[in-house]
Amino acid sequence: MAYADTDDLHEHHEPQSFITKYVWSQDHKVIAVQYGGTAILVGIVGLVLSNLMRLQIGFPGVFEFINAERYYQFVTMHGMIMVIYLLTALFLGGFGNYLIPLMIGARDMVFPYMNMLSFWVYLLSVIVLMASFFVPGGPTGAGWTLYPPQAILPGTPGWDWGIILMLVSLLIFIVATTMGGLNYVTTVLQARCEGMTLLRMPLSVWGIFVATILALLAFPALFVSGVMMLLDKTLGTSFFMPALVSMGQVSGHKGGSPLLFQHLFWFFGHPEVYIVALPAFGVVSDLISVHARKAIFGYRTMVWAIVIIGALSFVVWAHHMFVSGMNPWFGFFFATSTLIIAVPTAIKVYNWVLTLWRGDIHLTVPMLFTLAFLLTFLSGGLTGLFLGNVSVDIPLSGTYFVVAHFHMVMGVAPLLVVFGGIYHWYPKITGRMLNDTMGKTHFWITFLGTYLIYFPMHYLGVLGMPRRYYNYEGYTFIPPSAHSLNQFITVVALFLGAAQMIYVFNLLWSLKYGEKAPSNPWRACSLEWFTPQTPPKHLNWGPKLPSVHRWAYAFNMPGSREDFIPQNAPASAGGAEPSQEH
Amino acid sequence: MSIAIALLLIVVASVVFHLLTPWWLTPLASNWNQMDHTLSITMGVTGAFFVVILLFVVYTLWRFRHQPGSPRAAYVPDNKKLEHWLIGVTSVGIVALLAPGLKVYADYVHPPANAMQLEILGQQWQWRYRFTGDDGKLGGSDARFFTAANPFALDPADAAGQDDVVITGNEVHLPLNQPVKVLARSHDVLHDYFVPQFRARMNIVPGQMSWFWFTPTQAGRYEAMCAQLCGVGHPNMHGLVVVEDEAAFKAWLKKQTTFATSMKPPAPAGAGGEDLVAKGAALAQSKGCVACHTVDGNPGVGPTWKGLYGKTETMVDGATAKVDDAYLREFIKDPKARAVKGFAQVMPPIPLADDEMDAVVAFIKSHGNAPQ
Amino acid sequence: MSSSTLPASPMVHATGEPDHRRAAGTALWLFIGVATTFFSLFIVAYAMRMDAPDWSPIAMPWQLWLSTALLVAGSLFMQRAGTTATAGNSAQLRPMLVAGGAAAAAFVGSQLWGWQALIDARVLLAGNPAASFFYVLTALHGLHVLGGLVAWSIAAQALSAPAAELPAAAWRVQLCARYWHFLLVVWAVLFAALALLTPEIVRFICGRG
Repeated sequence: MAYADTDDLHEHHEPQSFITKYVWSQDHKVIAVQYGGTAILVGIVGLVLSNLMRLQIGFPGVFEFINAERYYQFVTMHGMIMVIYLLTALFLGGFGNYLIPLMIGARDMVFPYMNMLSFWVYLLSVIVLMASFFVPGGPTGAGWTLYPPQAILPGTPGWDWGIILMLVSLLIFIVATTMGGLNYVTTVLQARCEGMTLLRMPLSVWGIFVATILALLAFPALFVSGVMMLLDKTLGTSFFMPALVSMGQVSGHKGGSPLLFQHLFWFFGHPEVYIVALPAFGVVSDLISVHARKAIFGYRTMVWAIVIIGALSFVVWAHHMFVSGMNPWFGFFFATSTLIIAVPTAIKVYNWVLTLWRGDIHLTVPMLFTLAFLLTFLSGGLTGLFLGNVSVDIPLSGTYFVVAHFHMVMGVAPLLVVFGGIYHWYPKITGRMLNDTMGKTHFWITFLGTYLIYFPMHYLGVLGMPRRYYNYEGYTFIPPSAHSLNQFITVVALFLGAAQMIYVFNLLWSLKYGEKAPSNPWRACSLEWFTPQTPPKHLNWGPKLPSVHRWAYAFNMPGSREDFIPQNAPASAGGAEPSQEH
Repeated sequence: MSIAIALLLIVVASVVFHLLTPWWLTPLASNWNQMDHTLSITMGVTGAFFVVILLFVVYTLWRFRHQPGSPRAAYVPDNKKLEHWLIGVTSVGIVALLAPGLKVYADYVHPPANAMQLEILGQQWQWRYRFTGDDGKLGGSDARFFTAANPFALDPADAAGQDDVVITGNEVHLPLNQPVKVLARSHDVLHDYFVPQFRARMNIVPGQMSWFWFTPTQAGRYEAMCAQLCGVGHPNMHGLVVVEDEAAFKAWLKKQTTFATSMKPPAPAGAGGEDLVAKGAALAQSKGCVACHTVDGNPGVGPTWKGLYGKTETMVDGATAKVDDAYLREFIKDPKARAVKGFAQVMPPIPLADDEMDAVVAFIKSHGNAPQ
Repeated sequence: MSSSTLPASPMVHATGEPDHRRAAGTALWLFIGVATTFFSLFIVAYAMRMDAPDWSPIAMPWQLWLSTALLVAGSLFMQRAGTTATAGNSAQLRPMLVAGGAAAAAFVGSQLWGWQALIDARVLLAGNPAASFFYVLTALHGLHVLGGLVAWSIAAQALSAPAAELPAAAWRVQLCARYWHFLLVVWAVLFAALALLTPEIVRFICGRG
C-alpha cells in the first residue's frame, strides 16, 4: 500500500524474521503483549512480596528471615511494583497499545518506532528496579510513598543505594510513559478512520485516552520530586531536608521542606489512581454492554464523567495529606473537592447497573468479573468517602482502614477488570478461547478470596491498628481476636496468591489447546472484532481501512433483526446512536 | 444464578459482620465524640447506598439473566430525567456527609484559648515531652543545639526555656478534663503521635511545628503509637499517656526535671565510676540506644543490656564471642561487622567520641553479670 | 446532529492513511504541554522553597544575558529556516538552519560559562537553595535544548534533499522552529523567576503578606 509520506518510520514491508516480528517489533499488538507480559511477570514478583509480608503480619516472628529491615523492603517494593510497574504499564502500555488502533480503525500507532522504544525503556526501568534487590543495603524500605527525610537517612533500609536505584528507575519509567502517552493521545486525535468521531469511540478508548492525558500531566510532578530527592541524597542539596539530627549526628542540610515533597508526590499520586481506574471504567462499560447485549446506559454522560473525573483528579491531592501537618485550612478545600468527585463516579456506577437492567445478561467469565468489579469498586469507593471527609479521616489515616480502602479500589477492582478484559479479548489476540472451567474456578477463588481479605481489614483500621507495622508486640489495646483475624487473612492471601497460577496456566495452556475462536465470539459491535484475520495481521485491516457508520453500542436496536449491528456495517443497516435533541 | 446468590450472601454477610464485629472504635477517651458521630453518619449513608445498589443488582441479575427463551434486551440508551434525579440524590448524600465533617473540622482547627501546651518530641525511635514552666512559654529550639546532654536541642540562651519541664522516657501524664494543645516537633524524620482513644493526632514534621488539640475525658493509661513510617524502629515507639486527676498530675509534674537542672554540669568527679555510668545512661537516651536495647531483660529490636556484659554471644554463623570491652566498642563502631543470632542487622553506626564511648560501655557494664 | 455518512477527517489522506506530519505536530504540542507542566511544577517548588528562613538569593552571572540573546537569535534563524524550507529555497535554508542549530549549541555553552562563573565565585549546588534551584533549572532547560538539537540533526537531513522535495520535508524544520520558540519562552520565564522572584512577591501572591 502507498503512504503519502516516504517515511522511514513506517514499516513498508511485513517484518520477516523472528527478531523483527516478536522482539524489535513496531507492531502495536506485539508491543502490547510485550508490555502485558512484562507487567504480569513483575506483578508476580509483587504478589510474592505481598505473601511474604502477610507471613510476618499473620505469624509475627515465626519466619526469622523476614526481619524488620526486609519487611519494610518488601512493603515498599510490593507497593511500587503493583501501582506503577504492573497496573499503569498494563492498562496504558498493554490494553492501550492493543486496543486503541483496533478500536478506532487505525493500522497502528502514529509513531511505531517510538512505541517500540517506549517498551524497551519500560523494560530498562524494571531491570533497574529489580537491581535494587542486589545492591549493598538492598532495596529501599521507605514505603512506596518514599517520604523524605527518612528515605535518604540511616534507620530506613536502602537509604544508601536502594533509594537511588528506585528514583532512577522511576525517572526512566516516566520517560517511557511520556513516549507512550504522546503516541496514544496523538493516535486517538489523528488516526481515527472515516466516520469514527470522538463520540463514536468505545468507552475503553475514552478511558485509556483520558488516563493517558492525566499521565502526561501528572508524571512530571513525580519526575520533579524524584530529581530533587536524588540531588538531596547524592549531592547534599536541601530541597526536602530540614536541619536535622540523624542518629546523633547533626546533618549538613537545612531549610528544606518534607511537605514540599508530599505535595509534589500526591499531585502526581492522586491522578495516578485515576490513570489506573479510568481505563478500568472504560473496559467495564464495554464488557457490560457486550455481555448483557445492551447499549451502555447514558454513553455521553459516561464520556463526560470520565473527562470530569480526570479534570477534578488534579484538585484533590491533599486528601492524602490531611494529617500531614500542612496548613490546616487546606483541609476544608480538599475535603470538599474530594467529595465532589464522588458524584460523577457514582453516576458511572448507576449507569453500569442501569445497563444491566432490562438487559439479556449472559453470565460469561468476563461478565462475572465485571459484576465482581461492581461490588468491590462500590465498596472501595464508598470507604473513600470516609477518608475524604477530613475529620473522619483523622483517626483513620495511617491505619489498616486506608490499606483496605486502596487495595479494594485500586488493587482488587481494576485487577478484576484486567482478568475479565484479558478473558474477553484473548480470542482476538490469539485466535483461541481461554478455558472456561479454569476461568470460572479462578474467578470464584479470586472474587471471594479478595473480599474475605479486605472487607474485614477495614475494621482493624477502625480499631486503630496502624499500617506499616512489622509487629504489634506490647500494644495491649489490640485484642487477641485481631491477631487471629490477621492469621486468617494471611492464610486466605496465601491460597489466593497460589490460585493466580490457575490464570497464568490458563493463558499459556489455551495458546496451544484452547478452543479455536471465531473472529467475533462474543458478538460485539466494536471495530476490533472485524479485522479480516483473527489474530489480526500486521497493519490490521488489509488493503482498505474500515469506515464506520454508528456508535459501538448498537445492541438490540429497535427494528434490527440481529441483536447487534457491527460498527462498520453499512449505513443502511441502521443502529444510529441516539440523537441529542430532547 | 450463583453470582446473584453470591452477591446477595455477601451483602447480607457484610451487614451482619458489621453489626456483630468485635473490632470497632476503641472507647472514646477525649472530647472528640463528634468525630465518632460523623463516622456513624458516614457508615449509615454509605451502608445504605451499598445495600440498595447491590440488592438492585441482585434483583436485576435474577430477573434479566439469559435463559433459553428469555426476551431480548430492551433498548434504553439513556433517561435524562432519571440521571438528573440520581445526581440529585447523590449530591444530597454527599452534602449529608460533608456538612458534619467540615463542622467538626472547624472545631479541630480552633483550639480553645485555655488549652495547656504539651510539646511532643519525636525522634528515631522514642518520644520525649516538654511542658512550659510557670512562665507559660516554651523555650526556643533548633537542631544545631543538639548534644548528648541537650537532647531536646533547646536554646540554652533562651530564658523562657530554663523552667520548661523536660521528660525523657516514653511516658507522659495529663490532667483530666483539661484541654491540651499538642505542639509536635521532630529532630530527624516524620513521625506521628497516635492514641486511638483520643482520636486526634497529627504527623510530626522535622523543620516545623505541627499541632493538634484534644481534651482527655477519661482517666486511664493509653498507649501511643507512631503512625508515620519512620524506619525500622517504627513499631517500637511505645508511648504512654497517663490521664489522672489534677492533684496527681501536679504531683507527677513536680517530680520531673526542668531544662535548667538537666543542663547543670554533673557533680565533680569524685566517684568517677558512677559519673561515667550516669553519663552513659544519658547518652543511651540521647543517642537513641534505648529504643532498641532494654535494661530489664526483655529483648527488643536489639539484645537487652541486662546481663549482656560478660556473656558469650552466638553469631548467625555459629561462631561465638565473649562480650567484653573490646567487643562492645567494635560493635558500636561497626554494627554490620557481626550478625548476632536472633536479631535483625539494623543497628545504625552511632558515632561516639572516645569519652562518650567510655561512658556508654561503662553503662552497659553496670548492668552486666561478670565482675567489672 | 445527523449521523449519516460523515466526510473523511481532514487528518487523513484520500487513501485514509494518517498524515505523519500532522501527527508529529500534534505530538509536539502535547510534549510542549508536558514540558510546561514540568517546568511550572519546578517553579512552584522554587516559590515554596523561598519561604524558608535560610533563603539567600544569588546574583545572576552576566553570561545569562548572552545566553538569552543567543536563544532569541536561534529562534529568529529557525523561523526563517522554516519559511525558506516551505518555499523550497534550499540556498537560503542551509545558512539559516545551521545558524539556528549553532545558536542553540552556543546557548548551552554560554550557560556552562555562566555556571563556571558561579563556581569561581564559590556559589555551588549544595549549601544555598537559591543556587541549587539555579543549577537544576538551567540544567534541565539545557537538557531540553540538547534534545532539540537531536531533532535538529534529523531535520538537517533535509539539507541533502533535492530542492523539489524540500517543501514536503519542510515540516521537520518548522517543528524544530516551534520547539525553539517554546524553549525561548520557557527560558524567559525561568530567567525572570530566578532573577526577579522574591519571597515577598510569593507571599503576596499566596495572600500571606
